[in-house]
Amino acid sequence: MIKEELEKNIFQLLKKIAPETEPSELSPTENIREALGIDSYDFLQFIIALDEKLKIEIPEQDYGKITSLNSLTDYLINKPK
Amino acid sequence: MVIENKIKISYREALKQGIREVLRNDDRVFLMGEDVGHYGGAFAVSKGLLQEFGEGRIMDVPLSESGFVGAGIGAAIAGMKPVVEIMTVNFSLLAMDQIVNNAATLSHMSGGQINVPVVIRMGCGIGRQLAAQHSHSWESFYAHIPGLIVLSAGTHEDARYLLPAAMKSPDPVIIFEYTSMLNMENEVLNNPAGVDISKAKIRREGKDISIITYGTGVYKSMEAAEELASMGIDAEVIDLRVLRPLDEATFLASVSKTHRALIVEDAWRSVSISSEISARISEKVFYELDAPVKRLCGIEVPIPYPAHLEDSSIPQKKDIVNEVQKILNP
Amino acid sequence: MIEFVMPSLGADMADGTLVEWLKKPGDQVKRGDIIATVETQKGLIDIEVFDEGTIEKLMIAEDTKVPVGTLMALINPEKTIEPQKAIPVVAEEPVIQPTEEKAIPPFVTEHIQVKASPLAKKIAAENNIDLSQIMGSGENGAITRKDIEGAIEQGKLVQEKERSSIVAEPIKEQNISNTLRSAVAAAMSRSNREIPHYFLEKKIDLEKALAWMHEKNKVLPVQKRLLPVALLIKAVASSLKQVPELNAIWDTDLQLKTEINIGFVVSLRNGGIIVPAIHAADLKSVDEIMENLNDIIPRARALRLRSSELSDSTVTITSIGDGGADLVYGIIYPPQVAIIGFGSISEQAFAENGLLGVRPMVRVSLAGDHRASDGLSGSRFLVTLNNHLQNPEAL
Repeated sequence: MIKEELEKNIFQLLKKIAPETEPSELSPTENIREALGIDSYDFLQFIIALDEKLKIEIPEQDYGKITSLNSLTDYLINKPK
Repeated sequence: MVIENKIKISYREALKQGIREVLRNDDRVFLMGEDVGHYGGAFAVSKGLLQEFGEGRIMDVPLSESGFVGAGIGAAIAGMKPVVEIMTVNFSLLAMDQIVNNAATLSHMSGGQINVPVVIRMGCGIGRQLAAQHSHSWESFYAHIPGLIVLSAGTHEDARYLLPAAMKSPDPVIIFEYTSMLNMENEVLNNPAGVDISKAKIRREGKDISIITYGTGVYKSMEAAEELASMGIDAEVIDLRVLRPLDEATFLASVSKTHRALIVEDAWRSVSISSEISARISEKVFYELDAPVKRLCGIEVPIPYPAHLEDSSIPQKKDIVNEVQKILNP
Repeated sequence: MIEFVMPSLGADMADGTLVEWLKKPGDQVKRGDIIATVETQKGLIDIEVFDEGTIEKLMIAEDTKVPVGTLMALINPEKTIEPQKAIPVVAEEPVIQPTEEKAIPPFVTEHIQVKASPLAKKIAAENNIDLSQIMGSGENGAITRKDIEGAIEQGKLVQEKERSSIVAEPIKEQNISNTLRSAVAAAMSRSNREIPHYFLEKKIDLEKALAWMHEKNKVLPVQKRLLPVALLIKAVASSLKQVPELNAIWDTDLQLKTEINIGFVVSLRNGGIIVPAIHAADLKSVDEIMENLNDIIPRARALRLRSSELSDSTVTITSIGDGGADLVYGIIYPPQVAIIGFGSISEQAFAENGLLGVRPMVRVSLAGDHRASDGLSGSRFLVTLNNHLQNPEAL
């Protein structure tokens, strides 16, 4: 999956969780959860949504690797399915 | 103490002035009762009257309520104008046969040929720590009897002026006086015209609720109304004054104006004056009511001796304030 | 006949608006069925019924706002007996006066009407006003003169508005958020006014608890993954069993509760909080609590809770979540007597057995109602909580 398409999906899922925010305006390196005010419960919903939509399961120990938009897309692109 | 046309006197003094007035105005008037003469009255109401009017007018009688009340009724039939004092309502049961079967019925049974212009005064009520046998509020017993006029002196004005008005009645009159108020001082307006014993008295005008009461409830309700006024509630206080025949026109008009009623009395709730008032309101001005009629009455127990229990067995000012607030803001 | 009334969904609720009846006369209901949807300050609430029977009559029209305690419906508990069956018994017998009254079937409901004072009825009749559309402010929700006059006034206002064609579209979202704000304000002000709070704090090492959770999460499907808060809730529930005086309400005196229903503070994205209950949390496993959270949090945020979820809490937990403040001191939600606050979990230096290590720590606070319990109970609770969290596998 190319990066833009991936980002589009990510924005969509984030928008669903935090409808009053504009995820597409995230800068590539800022902390997603802090920027959008996403709590641990919502973050888990986001992980679940990624799993359901992209069929990519992110184990708990990798949560620290996906904090920004850049690190998240890199992670998703490089993760073996 | 004289201030303009008002004098500040005790309830006891107001009663005495009323008795003195009727004794002075008519030679046929005499006072009879237990210890009214030499002792000056069990509650010192008639103190000094024996010296002033002599033994022919101030008559001590034996401790026999049935006997001396019967004698008073007989004297009235014979053309005298007796004022009979029964020490308290508690002992009046012994005289009830004379009052109910003779005084109240003779005009009717004689086809109007015999009138019984007797006035019977009795101390009444709770509040002096006299315990269950000596603290009764039995106004309703007498208010039940056709042929009697039953008055209740809930203010100093009425303590002073009910008796002179009662003396003009051709029919027997019972006056209830409240022993707990004897030492209470208040201002009395000099009122040569006297009071009207066919009418209840609106003691305070208001538009939000009618507090209907008599006897010791009058001052408590007035004080409660003052406190309620500071909360923006405008209560009307009606002193029934005459418990038989009831002046229903006055309280029905009041309830029609305020659309709410609270009845306050010391007497036990069941089959009481308040029951009667409540019944008449719902019979006659039901469609004016904006809230259920409420009552504050004595707790239905033999009156306790300890002062704090005695106080809590009858409605107090704070109870009236609370109840009115509940009716207006449920 | 069972009277079904507008339930109170917490100390701060004064009234609710019936939005929709989900049952109609003749429908059978049982305990737990949802009978209606009611709009409150906390959103649209599914109202459950706690009796069995047949709906006899609906007393309130939809879109009516009524105070808590107002009669909304009559439920006939004798659902199997049809009224028609009861009548012939009487008809066959000769008329005997004294028994006749008894034989009247118990569900003659024509006489039950909207409660209104005689004066209110008179004025309503004179002004052609439908009493069923008016909310009563009198005793037991009875309609009084004031309510009728208010309705007449409002009617005039509406007419005027319609005439001048002013369209004042209320922004629903905003309204809910405003009313929710005022509900929170009312409850918290009352708490601060009435409850003498005492506060205790304990730092708890979560290394074992989180390690246990991470192990479980490795094997769980992503949809069932646990969050630390599920463990915390379970640990609190287990600890309350040992310190029951904190699982109670205060209503002139302390009333212990046998069920442990944990109110869990959910923040709404647009501001405001809502506190749904996790019922019988002590009897649920950690997985079941997580499942419960997965069900209840989205509904809480959508303001779609059930009445029992809003009214049954016996104690409250507020949790800051990670990355936030280190510690939270809660304000007790009356009439409850305790609230437990969890700060964010963060790595801290921790000394144990003379050695220094880095551990995931959480600072836990307890606010207790000092009328109901003392600091010693509170302290015992926090120590018990720590013990439970050091033995996560036993939770």
